[in-house]
Amino acid sequence: MALVINHNKALSTSPLKTSAPLGAALAFMGMDGCMPLFHGSQGCTAFALVMMVRHFREAIPLQTTAMNEISTILGGSEQVAEALKNINKRAQPKLIGLVSTALTETRGEDTRGDLNRIVAANKDLPPVVYVPAPDFEGSLETGWGKAVGAMIDAFAQPSSQPPLKRVNILPGVHLTPGDIEALKEMVEDFGLEPVVLPDLSGSMDGHVPNAYVPTTLGGTSIEQVRGMGRAVLTIAIGEHMRISAEKLNDKTGVPYELFDRVTGLEAVDRLMVVLSTAAGIPVPAKYRRQRSQLVDAMLDGHFFFGGRSVAVAGEPALMWTYAKLMAEMGANVVAAVTTLHTPLLSEVPAERVIIGDFEDVEDQILESGGADLLIANANGRLLAGRHGIPLFRAGFPVFDRLGAAHLASVGYRGTRDLIFAIGNILMEHPSHGHGMHLAHSEHIHGDAPVAAG
Amino acid sequence: MLKNKIAELMNEPGCATNQAKSDAQRKKGCSKPLTPGAAAGGCCFDGAKIALQPITDVVHLVHGPIACEGNSWDTRNSWSSGGDLYRLGFTTDLSNLDIVHGGEKKLYKAIKRSIARYKPAAVFVYQTCVGALIGDDVDAVCKAATERLGTPVIPVNAPGFVGSKNLGNRLGGEALFEHVIGTVDPGDAGPTDINILGEYNVAGELDQFRPLLARLGIRLRASITGDARFRDVAACHTARANMVLCSQALVTLARKMKETYGIPYFEGSFYGISDTSDALRNIARMLVEKGADPTLTDRAEALIAEEEAKAWAALAQFRPRLAGRKVLLYTGGVKSWSVIQALQEVGMEVVGSSVRKATEADKAKALERLGGDEDKLADAITPRDMYAMFTDGKADMMLSGGRSQFVALKARTPWLDINQERHHGYACYDGMVELVRQIDLAINNPIWAQVRRPAPWEEA
Repeated sequence: MALVINHNKALSTSPLKTSAPLGAALAFMGMDGCMPLFHGSQGCTAFALVMMVRHFREAIPLQTTAMNEISTILGGSEQVAEALKNINKRAQPKLIGLVSTALTETRGEDTRGDLNRIVAANKDLPPVVYVPAPDFEGSLETGWGKAVGAMIDAFAQPSSQPPLKRVNILPGVHLTPGDIEALKEMVEDFGLEPVVLPDLSGSMDGHVPNAYVPTTLGGTSIEQVRGMGRAVLTIAIGEHMRISAEKLNDKTGVPYELFDRVTGLEAVDRLMVVLSTAAGIPVPAKYRRQRSQLVDAMLDGHFFFGGRSVAVAGEPALMWTYAKLMAEMGANVVAAVTTLHTPLLSEVPAERVIIGDFEDVEDQILESGGADLLIANANGRLLAGRHGIPLFRAGFPVFDRLGAAHLASVGYRGTRDLIFAIGNILMEHPSHGHGMHLAHSEHIHGDAPVAAG
Repeated sequence: MLKNKIAELMNEPGCATNQAKSDAQRKKGCSKPLTPGAAAGGCCFDGAKIALQPITDVVHLVHGPIACEGNSWDTRNSWSSGGDLYRLGFTTDLSNLDIVHGGEKKLYKAIKRSIARYKPAAVFVYQTCVGALIGDDVDAVCKAATERLGTPVIPVNAPGFVGSKNLGNRLGGEALFEHVIGTVDPGDAGPTDINILGEYNVAGELDQFRPLLARLGIRLRASITGDARFRDVAACHTARANMVLCSQALVTLARKMKETYGIPYFEGSFYGISDTSDALRNIARMLVEKGADPTLTDRAEALIAEEEAKAWAALAQFRPRLAGRKVLLYTGGVKSWSVIQALQEVGMEVVGSSVRKATEADKAKALERLGGDEDKLADAITPRDMYAMFTDGKADMMLSGGRSQFVALKARTPWLDINQERHHGYACYDGMVELVRQIDLAINNPIWAQVRRPAPWEEA
């Protein structure tokens, strides 16, 4: 049982958190022929766009309503209308994702009402899905979850026909295109047809098309979302997908299974049982073999994990996944830092879970006398470098490594490879010992810890 | 107040583009309305941050919701020869409740905490859209904090919605002029001190021209703001000359420093061989006019002759590998024409050059270099047209910023980053040789033959 602490600091230093609209934009990246649009000043879009470009090393379609001083005072409905019309003319998307920002939400704009009027007056517009996602509420997971929910609201429908051998997958924002590719393969190997919402593996997997496309290229089509009602089962991955899974269940009647993670032997076993039950066939030989390989990897690898100190920082679902695996391999999670409160946090295998930033990660590491490994996004590089701790990059953004989109950690095989990758780092760095060089000689504890939740 | 400042910045008399306009055009100012749904580029806050973030020994604190700093910290490629405090992200991370109750108290606490823990030379506080909308008085909080905490706390009033990145650059300069420059007496002002304005030490470029200045006995008091220390910027009013590097960003600051402190300035560039020589000549001339040792002029000429000869000789070796290759220049900050000169010298054909951010004078020079072919000067090329230029074989390579890189790469065309995220310094003589070397590495990389070949089952 972990004590969950939220310092509610006045000053966030080296943020771990990214914004909710960015999470929503990421979700729209997994939709086919889509152009997301931020309703805010152009900087909101520019920052999010640059971050995604650097992470995926791909062109990113993302537009802005370009709010200016006048529209900020008088209201932005004209900006929305003009933006939608311009996007439609220039890029001819099949779907536009309209996302509000802190700027327009602070103003208190009635964007949904505005949008209804604009759509009524412009019949040629493609479907527009509206996601209210102010930056001052929640984090990446929040925006991603809201966008998926909004797409279910907009397109999912019940079916009177009998279900197909179809399985819906609602992946969390912590899963990479490589993870989704692997999940689809698993579902297919059970003779089932996967429908993924949203499917980053179709769009952000770094393929080279033969023509210039201004929108997303690949991903889930609106038609596929409409067909989700004919599935036998929905698999949601990550606690933040619970709301979307329930929503889809409410709208279509398709039952769901929520997985807190699909990394680690026990977690993947559960996934196999669920798929086997849904398909009505035994677990294929391929996966029995892969399970055996994972067991062997755990046997070979546990020497290097046992008793080692690991710091984990990231969005709740990502932090949970890695912290659980580290604990399962015998490592001690000496720092667990995340971005927002979720129900699972108190079960994280660590003494404390801090809702905070990289400064909190640093303080936790110092307090516990050092760490052998930091698992975090690329922004952990400064602190890792300062203390000579190896950094295993996971989450978003990872802008200083190749192949961030292809790092797969799901299933038996993903877990096996992850154990090898992390085990090798731990093998190369035998122990942090007592040689920690502290950059800050004094170490201040500003605000007293307050238990949250 | 902010409104008047923006109007002033938009009507800058020192700006070459502005000087070339008619009275009526000038009155309109230089703000271009953004097109919703078809806009690209950063906001005002982004611009202010770009202009000031390179000051290495201060806390850069963003007063806004998480997007403004959480989505952007430590992404700019300005290098430091000292500490890395400037690379940390600091933000008040405004939440729901802060917006209801106001964020001034939180901001004050944040300033106080950052000073206690990081002991910065100063704190720069950046206002954002939300802070401005809820009426937080950043100026007043900074003033109170400066008085009570004993560390300079500088307000940077450039919320995103007031304009573009470029306006933000200028507002950043305003903050320096109003609150920083002239507040410290260095005690060692000399006759050959200069400042360079609009230089951000991207990929460590300062170390390509600092040695040249040092050989002439010229001291760089402050680069504004590449690799700068707060104290040097605060004392930069004692310099004898200013060189304005990125003319549209900080020319207003240069003009004001001239009016207030009598520091003459010129607009120049360290990109391109003859540009570098011109810049060195201008610096020498200005310093001599202001009373420096008159032999400086001759020493500068000698250095220019030596370095130019070395650079041209170094470039010549690339000629056989690059002659006849067609290159598209799609640049922002780096001056188009002086790069064209170097590329032509190694026998490359410049098939197009964007002049989006160039002044009229620059355009004329670029046109001259391109043999008067107006078609080769482009304002903006749409990604679709750009893609076609590569697939139709009209260009063999592109030099541009990161934004357009995937248009080239997805068309299986060599590309080189010459904007702010570049990893190599391209300044001065050595930098131009490095640029050509990088072009050679990119365009003659062995991957191109393989990645362009269709799969065996696709071959006709």
